[in-house]
Amino acid sequence: MKRVLIAEDEASIVLSLEFLFDRAGWQVSTANDGARALELAREGKPDLVVLDLMLPVVNGFEVCRALRADAATARTRILMLTARGREQEIARGFDAGADAYVTKPFSTKDLMALAERLVAPASASGQAT
Amino acid sequence: VLGYLYFYLAGEAYALVSIGLISFTAVAQFAPAIIGGLYWKGATRLGATWGLCAGFAVWLYTLLLPSFAKSGWLPITFIAEGLFGTDLLRPQSLFGLTGLDEITHCVFWSLTANIACYVGISLARKPGATEHSQASLFVDALKQPSGTGSRFWRGSASVRELAALLARFLGPERARDALSGYASTRGLASADQLTADAALVHHVESLLAGAIGSASARVMVASVVEEEPLKLDEVLEIINEATQALAYSRQLEQKSRELEGATNELRRANLRLQELDRLKDEFISTITHELRTPLTSIRAFSEILNDNPDLDPQQRARFLGVVIKESERLTRLINQVLDLARIESGNAEWHTSEIDLREVVEDAVTSLSQVVKDRQIELAVDVPLGVPRIVADRDRLQQVLLNLLSNAVKFCDRQSGCVAVVVQHAGNMVRVDVHDNGPGVSRAEQEVIFEKFRQGGDTLKHRPDGSGLGLAISRQIIGHFGGRLWVESTPGAGATFSFTLPVRGARESPIPRPELQARIA
Repeated sequence: MKRVLIAEDEASIVLSLEFLFDRAGWQVSTANDGARALELAREGKPDLVVLDLMLPVVNGFEVCRALRADAATARTRILMLTARGREQEIARGFDAGADAYVTKPFSTKDLMALAERLVAPASASGQAT
Repeated sequence: VLGYLYFYLAGEAYALVSIGLISFTAVAQFAPAIIGGLYWKGATRLGATWGLCAGFAVWLYTLLLPSFAKSGWLPITFIAEGLFGTDLLRPQSLFGLTGLDEITHCVFWSLTANIACYVGISLARKPGATEHSQASLFVDALKQPSGTGSRFWRGSASVRELAALLARFLGPERARDALSGYASTRGLASADQLTADAALVHHVESLLAGAIGSASARVMVASVVEEEPLKLDEVLEIINEATQALAYSRQLEQKSRELEGATNELRRANLRLQELDRLKDEFISTITHELRTPLTSIRAFSEILNDNPDLDPQQRARFLGVVIKESERLTRLINQVLDLARIESGNAEWHTSEIDLREVVEDAVTSLSQVVKDRQIELAVDVPLGVPRIVADRDRLQQVLLNLLSNAVKFCDRQSGCVAVVVQHAGNMVRVDVHDNGPGVSRAEQEVIFEKFRQGGDTLKHRPDGSGLGLAISRQIIGHFGGRLWVESTPGAGATFSFTLPVRGARESPIPRPELQARIA
C-alpha cells in the first residue's frame, strides 16, 4: 500500500487531501507543522510527502532539504504545494530537492495523477503543474 | 600775428620787454603739466587741462586785461576798483595782495591756480588704464633696459623653455604631442628641430590660451621669450580673466553643493520608494496567498463533491459546510482588503454623527452573545452612566468593538474564559478597554499584530482564524477619529486592548490622515 504524508497547516485542505488519497487507496498520515512532518517522515517512511511551503515551526523548504539530507528519506518523493506560485519560489523548491511543484488552488484530478506518477516504479522526477 | 596785434594795440603803453614778460608768463602756464607729466604717474589729462585753463584765465585777468585797460581799450576804473567795483577783485592786487609788481603778481596767482587745479583734479580722479600705461611709459621711460627690443631669441634654449611651459599647463603628453604635431606641419621630423621663431611662439601662445586664458598665455610666453615688459592693460585683462574664473568657480562650487544636496534627497526618496515598493510586493504576495488558501479548499471540495456522487449524506454535508465556510472567509477577506485600501487611500465613506458609546458597546456584546454562551465565557461590561457622547461613525466604531471583542473571545482561556469591557471618561477623552484572560501578547508582538496579515498568539502551532486585517483596520478607524489603539499585555496574564476617542471638538479639529509610515508600522 502506498503511503502518503500530508504536511499542511490549513485544516480544510488537509481534510480534502485526506479524502482524496484515502479514496485512491493510499495510507494517509498528516502533520500540521514542519517539525511533526519530519518526525512522521522518518518514522513512517512514506512513498510521497505532500509538502506545504508555509508550514509553521519548520518551513517547507527546510523540511525538503532535511528529508533529502537524511539517508532514510532521501528517496522519498516530494510534492510541494504552495499558495505562492512565483517562478523564483518554484525554482527554490526544486533546488531544495522537490520532485514536483503544485500551485494552489489545484485540480484534484491533476494532483492525484501527478502523485501516482511520482511513486510509479519507472518514474523519474521533475514536473510542475 | 597775435604778438604783432597785441603790440599794435597795447604797444604804445608798453615796452617790448614788458610784452615779452607777459608772453613768458603765459608760456609758463605749461610748465606744471609738462613737469608733472614727466615725473608724476598720478597726473591725469583732465587735471592738466583744467590746470592750464585756470592758469590762463588768471593770466588773462591779472595781466592781459589790465594791459588793455592801460592802453585805453578798457575803462581804467577796472584796474583801480576791480570788477564790478569789488576791491578784492582788483586785477593787480587780487584778494588784497599788494606790494608785488604786476608780472610777479600774475605769475604767483596764475601758477597757484594752475597747479592747484592740476594736482587737485588729478588726485580726485583715478587715471584710466590708457592714461596709466601712457604715464608709465613716460615716467618710467628711463628705467627700461635698452636691449629688449630685439626680436631674436636664443635658439634652442627658448624652444626647451617653451616646451616646459606647455608641459606645465597642458601636461607633458599633450605638450609633446602638440609640439611634434606642429613640427610635422612645418615639415620637420621631430620637435627637437624646431627653432624658436615668432610663429612657434605664436603657436605656443594660442595653445596656452585654451588652457589658461589668452591674457595669461601672453604673459607666460612673454616671460619665456623676454619680450617687452608687461603693460597695464594686459595686467588688468589678466586680473579680469582671473576674477571671472574665480567667480565661475565659486558659482560652480555652489551649484555642485546644491546638486549634491539634491542628489542626497533623491537618494533618500529613492530608498523610501524602494522600501514602499518592497512592502507593496510583499502585500500583494501575502494577499495572493491569503486568497488562494480558501479558494483551494473550495475548489478541492467542489471537485470532490462533483466527482463522487456516492458520498454519504453526512460527509456530503460536512464538505459542503467547508465550501460555505471557506467562501465566507474569502468574501470577508476581500471585503476587508477593499475596506483597508479605501481607508488608507482616503476614499472611505464616513458617516459621522454624535453617538452614544453605551449603545455601541451593548450592540457589540449582543451580537457576540451566542458565542459567549456556547463557550461559557464570563463577560463583564462596565459602562458608567453619563459617558459623554462622542463624534464618530457608528458602524465603523461597532466594527472596531466587534473586532476587539471577538479577538478577546477567540483568545481567552479555553476552560474558564473571562472577557471584560470597561469604558472610562477622563478629561476630553473616553477610553475603552477590552480585556481577556488568554495567553497574552508578547512584547515583541505588541506592535506586529497591528500590521496587515500579521497575527499574534501561538501562530507557530496553530494559525488562528481571521484574515489578519482586523486590527490594522481598527487602528485606522480609531486614528481617523483622532484616537489611539494599542495593546498592553503581560504574556500569560491576558491582554488588554484599549482605544481612546476625543469627546468633543472632533468635528472642529482636522481629522488627522494617518501617515503612510504609520500604516506600514
